[in-house]
Amino acid sequence: MNAEMRAAHPVAKIRKIATFVEETHTEMGRKIAPPTRRAAAVAVIANPYAGQYVEDLSELISIGEQLGELLTQRAVHALGIAGPSAESYGKAAAVGENGELEHAAAILHPKLGTPVRRVLGKGAALIPSSKKRGGLGVVLDIPLGHKDAAFVRSHFDGMEVRIHDAPRADEIMVAIAVTDSGRPLARVGGLTKEQIKGEDGLR
Amino acid sequence: MPEVQIRKRLLMVEEIFHEGGPVASPPLRRAGALVVIRNPYSGGYVEKIDGFMDDLKPLGLEMAQSLVTALGGNPKSVEGYGKGAIVGSAGELEHGALWHVPGGYAMREVLGGAKAIVASTKKVGGPGTRLDVPITHINASYVRSHFDAMEVGITDAPRADEILLALVMTTGPRVHARVGGLKASEIRGEDGLR
Repeated sequence: MNAEMRAAHPVAKIRKIATFVEETHTEMGRKIAPPTRRAAAVAVIANPYAGQYVEDLSELISIGEQLGELLTQRAVHALGIAGPSAESYGKAAAVGENGELEHAAAILHPKLGTPVRRVLGKGAALIPSSKKRGGLGVVLDIPLGHKDAAFVRSHFDGMEVRIHDAPRADEIMVAIAVTDSGRPLARVGGLTKEQIKGEDGLR
Repeated sequence: MPEVQIRKRLLMVEEIFHEGGPVASPPLRRAGALVVIRNPYSGGYVEKIDGFMDDLKPLGLEMAQSLVTALGGNPKSVEGYGKGAIVGSAGELEHGALWHVPGGYAMREVLGGAKAIVASTKKVGGPGTRLDVPITHINASYVRSHFDAMEVGITDAPRADEILLALVMTTGPRVHARVGGLKASEIRGEDGLR
């Protein structure tokens, strides 16, 4: 591929992909049946702009679109559910020390959401996100919110992920989390999932 | 006999395509199964604890099977393994040692009679403690390409009265293994060592 073609169809150079599935069966001695479950899929990719200021970040924007589909599929597959059965979601990225925070923004914000919603069937709500720059083993707290109504209080949550050897200086770590449930033993009121109108992505 | 009470599980899978060198095809895969259980002996010294090893056997088998499934379902594709435990602060290191027999037995059983001793590590620690679980070849401990480790841990475990149990399996050598030593192709397979 020449440079022009690469810019049109950039492909993420993936060093590794990690998936995590967490199930909570009890809290404070109380049984949770069925257990609450959440999954995260995390890719470690080369940062094409590491070490230099680049004005046009379109290559990372396109990589974000590719990873949106790949990582959502991985997360859903890890949960063993159909996409539309997912209840909440979130996304996050950590840029290695030779990159800038804006690189995370380029991956996460312009184009990543559309394929996520395609895999999940719907997704009227904003996909909550977090980003940071950090070294190897940095912790990412991926915020979670209900995929169809951001105000569903039982689904406000977060999932921590880390990979001990990433991101290297010239890498970016990109994470998508998907759940099939809210918090274990949620009981602080607010909008419930049964009350979702699903028109504006908020309620 | 104390019952095994599970608070949570975590299954983690890593797929490693390269580490700066040639891209591996298929990629190396490592999987870790973690289960957080209540420590039936936390809070005081208990002399006789070894009965709990039998209670843990079904859980070990379930975890070993979940690893094989996570790695594609074929036990023959598994080449490396290891195990470990983190005991919460109200327990003692010896409680982690209860995992040696059921954890190791389970992986050998599921893999159809692996010969090498299962490499292991353990410690006492608080929530979020990380454990570097050592990994060696399942049939010959001296296979140098398969010396590896997988870092595992769970943010909110183990609590003081819990134990975090871990089993890990891998599908092959380090992604760019090239420091010589006994090769997997040279295993005699008699003593579990070479």
